[in-house]
Amino acid sequence: MRGVVALQGLRKAFGDVVAVRDVSLEIRSGEFLTLLGPSGCGKTTLLRMIAGFEPPDAGQVLISGRDVTARPAYQRPVNTVFQQYALFPHRTVAGNVAFGLEMQRLGKAQIAERVEKALEMVRLGGLGDRRPSQLSGGQQQRVALARAVVLEPEVLLLDEPMAALDLKLRQEMRVEVKNLQERLGITFVFVTHDQEEALVMSDRIAVMNRGCVEQVGAPEALYDRPRTRFVADFLAVRNLLRATVVSVSSGRAALRTPGGVTFAAADDGGYRAGAAVWVGVRPERMRFVEAEASELNDDGDNRWHGTLEDEIYLGDRTDWRVRVGEETVTVAESAAVARARRRGEPVTVSFPADAVLRLEDAEAEGR
Amino acid sequence: MTSRRAAVLLALPGLVALAALFVAPQALMFESSLGRRSFYGGVVHQWSLDNYRRALEPLYLTILARSVALALATTLLCLLLAYPVAYWIGRRAPMRARNALLVLVILPFWTSFLVRMYAWIFVLRTEGLVNTALGLAGLGPLNLLYNDAAVLLGQVYGELPFMILPLYASLERLDRSLLEAAADLGAGPGRALWRVTLPLSRPGIVAGSVLVFIPSLGAYLAPDLLGGARTVYMGSLIQSQFAFVRDAPFGAALSFLLSLVVLLLLLVFRRPLGEARRA
Repeated sequence: MRGVVALQGLRKAFGDVVAVRDVSLEIRSGEFLTLLGPSGCGKTTLLRMIAGFEPPDAGQVLISGRDVTARPAYQRPVNTVFQQYALFPHRTVAGNVAFGLEMQRLGKAQIAERVEKALEMVRLGGLGDRRPSQLSGGQQQRVALARAVVLEPEVLLLDEPMAALDLKLRQEMRVEVKNLQERLGITFVFVTHDQEEALVMSDRIAVMNRGCVEQVGAPEALYDRPRTRFVADFLAVRNLLRATVVSVSSGRAALRTPGGVTFAAADDGGYRAGAAVWVGVRPERMRFVEAEASELNDDGDNRWHGTLEDEIYLGDRTDWRVRVGEETVTVAESAAVARARRRGEPVTVSFPADAVLRLEDAEAEGR
Repeated sequence: MTSRRAAVLLALPGLVALAALFVAPQALMFESSLGRRSFYGGVVHQWSLDNYRRALEPLYLTILARSVALALATTLLCLLLAYPVAYWIGRRAPMRARNALLVLVILPFWTSFLVRMYAWIFVLRTEGLVNTALGLAGLGPLNLLYNDAAVLLGQVYGELPFMILPLYASLERLDRSLLEAAADLGAGPGRALWRVTLPLSRPGIVAGSVLVFIPSLGAYLAPDLLGGARTVYMGSLIQSQFAFVRDAPFGAALSFLLSLVVLLLLLVFRRPLGEARRA
């Protein structure tokens, strides 16, 4: 049970604003779980309720099988890495790392030894005498990590710890934090709004939206099969289309957008003729084909004829905006195969039926 | 015009005022402290260190020690009383109430200190508010006025706002996440206060202490009015040299002795003071 976090019906409102509404979630022992979502989705509030900084309005927090809902932060077996690190400016680096150990009233020699070890672990050996203000952002973050893990918590909470770092450093720290977690084997609960960060680091991701957990799953599962329009949108499924199911037969559903564009989707058993649905197609699953070739070589893929509207050059790939009837879709072409195209050029877009993701959405009728 | 020259020009009025209103009088005072009293209370400009020698006699050193003790006690009591108030206004009171509360802290300044000292006399004297109330309860009367406790009370009362304001400033901007970090690392409220809040509000503690200690050292209104001038403190001693004894040179020497004590203390505390200025 050590390191298991069970959240049961957690709810928290600030005035009229509901930050977290009835979240139940089981975080497994030793896993790296990421709470992913845009700002204001409630992920930080949820983390703060686990840490003990916010009392929930309703629900329970169980850590390692014990109900800690009523316990203050200083009596919970968790430690936090704060967004802006929250290092004590009046203490040295070693003094910061030693703080929690001093609170446990350990002996001086023992504290010194464990501080030393923790600083070595985050590759800050020899910097113990510095002040936090004398360190770079990346180094400060390592201090914050060392200060939290030196106490060997059952669960480590990380609140957007990399938001303040530049991109290159962030990418390095992702690997480092992930390695640290694997070495320590303790449960990490990580909060971020960066989907790439979440995909790289997590064992499982919980995507949050408007105070609710929309979907929980392994990164691959989430990436391959986002269940809701929000999750799809957040995980870069850029082409979201509203459509009506025209017919369903032999594993394929025929769909039509309100503007009259038709296409086929692989039936996952969820399509009903006549129903309105939201579907998504990843830009990288769409490609350009030569119009004549496609007539000769019918591979059963969807074919859309459209006009090139815009080019978004991204270095390793190019995103093309293509107008198809009343829809505008994005086609991603990797730099390896991209060729020069002109705006206004007629193009044919092709994508397989199994690239169409059916999205469950209560609001399928809306917008 | 270069920005350097502009800066000098901008500083000029202040520098002139400082020279005319502070440096020049100090120089005149110093000159007269070296002279001696004439028969009719004027200054004879014959320079010697006699006044300083006299000021260091045990009688006057005792008075100086008493003044230092009063200033220290005032500072300490102000600190103990002001800290919870400043903490509450800066960290607990609702945001929109804070300005109003700060106005309440400085509200006494709207009335002259002299008048407020007289008000205390009305509260403390034998037929005063407190003793009348005690009398109704069949107690008292107590001797509340004209003793050292009354002097200390008057001093603490008068200087308290000067302690609250800098403490408020340093407590109010203390980063909440640092206190959360302390709790997260296992520090209960008491230990978080002792290990994080107090050290981080040190600039405010130092600034407030200096602001209270220095004027308390030369206090003479409270000793005079609430102490009944029974116990002599430096402030009243100096005042009497100028006003009654008419020995301006000796009064000037005593003033410089007092300034020297302040200067020495500031030197001792210059490191924490530097922190207070930077913060």
